[in-house]
Amino acid sequence: MNLAEGVQIVSFGLLGLMMIGAALGVVLLSNIVYSAFLLGGVFISIAGLYILLNAGFVAAAQVLIYVGAVNVLILFAIMLVNKREDFKPMPNAWVRQALTGLVCVSLFALLSTMVLSTPWSLSNAPSAGDDAIVVIGKHFFSDFLLPFELASILLLMALVGAIILARREFLPDDTSTLQPQRQVFTLQERPREAVPALSGGRIKSSQSGAEAPVTPSDRLDP
Amino acid sequence: MNPGIDLQGSFIQALVQLGLPTDIARLVWLPLPMVVMLIGATVGVLACVWLERKISAAAQQRIGPEFIGPMGALAPLADGLKLVLKEDIVPLKADPWLFTLGPAIVVIPVFLSYLIVPFGQNLLITDLSIGVFLWIALASITPIGLLMAGYASNNKYSLIGGLRAAAQSISYEIPLALSVLAIVMMSNSLSTIDIVNQQAGYGILGWNIWRQPVGFLIFWIAALAECERLPFDLPEAEEELVAGYQTEYTGMKFGLFYLGSYVNLVLSALFVAVLYLGGWESPIPLSLISNWFGISETTPWLQIITATLGITMTLLKAYFLIFLAILLRWTVPRVRIDQLLDLGWKFLLPVGLVNLLLTAALKLTFPFAFGG
Repeated sequence: MNLAEGVQIVSFGLLGLMMIGAALGVVLLSNIVYSAFLLGGVFISIAGLYILLNAGFVAAAQVLIYVGAVNVLILFAIMLVNKREDFKPMPNAWVRQALTGLVCVSLFALLSTMVLSTPWSLSNAPSAGDDAIVVIGKHFFSDFLLPFELASILLLMALVGAIILARREFLPDDTSTLQPQRQVFTLQERPREAVPALSGGRIKSSQSGAEAPVTPSDRLDP
Repeated sequence: MNPGIDLQGSFIQALVQLGLPTDIARLVWLPLPMVVMLIGATVGVLACVWLERKISAAAQQRIGPEFIGPMGALAPLADGLKLVLKEDIVPLKADPWLFTLGPAIVVIPVFLSYLIVPFGQNLLITDLSIGVFLWIALASITPIGLLMAGYASNNKYSLIGGLRAAAQSISYEIPLALSVLAIVMMSNSLSTIDIVNQQAGYGILGWNIWRQPVGFLIFWIAALAECERLPFDLPEAEEELVAGYQTEYTGMKFGLFYLGSYVNLVLSALFVAVLYLGGWESPIPLSLISNWFGISETTPWLQIITATLGITMTLLKAYFLIFLAILLRWTVPRVRIDQLLDLGWKFLLPVGLVNLLLTAALKLTFPFAFGG
């Protein structure tokens, strides 16, 4: 066993451990933000496995799309949702967990029997390695032309649509007839207690019920 | 094998002649370019910080650092030392793991991107066939680190700052990638070496900036926004956000963010030099001069001169761009967040798309000039 093979085996083991550990963390941790960050770790280790398989382009695309786009999107979705829900303790809650576990185990068994029983036809062609981009490009423009064109037209439409949506500005001609009263937009937040920010005299007057107008002389009074 | 200095080959050969097995000799070679690149990047940051202080002082008609070393040249070192010695505080209710991991995730991809920066025909760590694509993919990891730092600080300003920083770097990555794509289309390769070689031969006239002026502007604006340089340093806008996602960071963790942003600036400048300004090529091609004097390109002393000139040229171009960035920082006011997003999505993205389509059309029409 020479140097390169040893490095490959060690890094395969490390990447596998990292991937399985992170994937278990995604499922088992109760903190959803941790799960989202660990998902990034799973994607990164999959990219590492792609590099070990001599597929550099796929690895870079994996990092760009899954880590850079999908995972960041998930994180944004988690961090921008401002909703807190208290779960009530339920009787027989373990039934759900047991059922979920059963479904997962049976799915795993099904997939592993499928993997073991299928006669995989392995290709004997040498891996493309550094020429992978050229090979992928040729496939795109020969035998996968239709799906490639369809996907790119769809994506282009989505992109142009997003630009048009962002550029659209509402400029009604006559505001008095179209919009009689303006709706006041408020942030969707949990209601919070008002903090008395002014001096002590101001609080007293508001507690007594009479909303005394603050005059400049009031403010100057110590 | 292309002509030029083969440092790796000669180093391994020398070690093998000393009696080491080939595998061990390769193993000894392996960390050398990486360490050289790490040291180079760090020294580049120190030079950058010193330049920033000197140029900002000149812009404000004062002197700047003066007493620490000759002309204050050791001031950035003193800054670094101060950051190392400061107390490392983790806020009480912060998430200690994510809080520590955040700066690392921001810094590591930036340093990894130095893998593909070429300083000469053979003077780079590795010539990957997916070169520039790797850089764009690695740059897309940074928002996760920013979000992590913002979330873990347990501070509203940090969270908002992290979200803003991530939104900014996502929106400016698309125009950046589009302008790079136009270059890639012209040079038929993603490898940085091929991109520079495509611009070689005609000296300053062959550089991509003349064929891609719009792409150059888009790239430079987007790169500045990616590095969070003014006028785009919204994530740490001190008036509105009290330093954004770095509010709670002290000591070396803050230093890592600082280091990361400067390393990223140097890296972006290097990439502009490689993609648009001819990389290591000098304005007057050296091969032309050597042909006039009738010297073969494989002469050893000429190769050493070529390599030295290549490194010098790359650094000169990069530091010229850094000078521009610093000057920009001290003359241009900061944009608002809605202006920033408007500029990215409504202006740079359509212009980048049109630029890409125009490049494709020109490539089909004039294949001799646009790399057909």
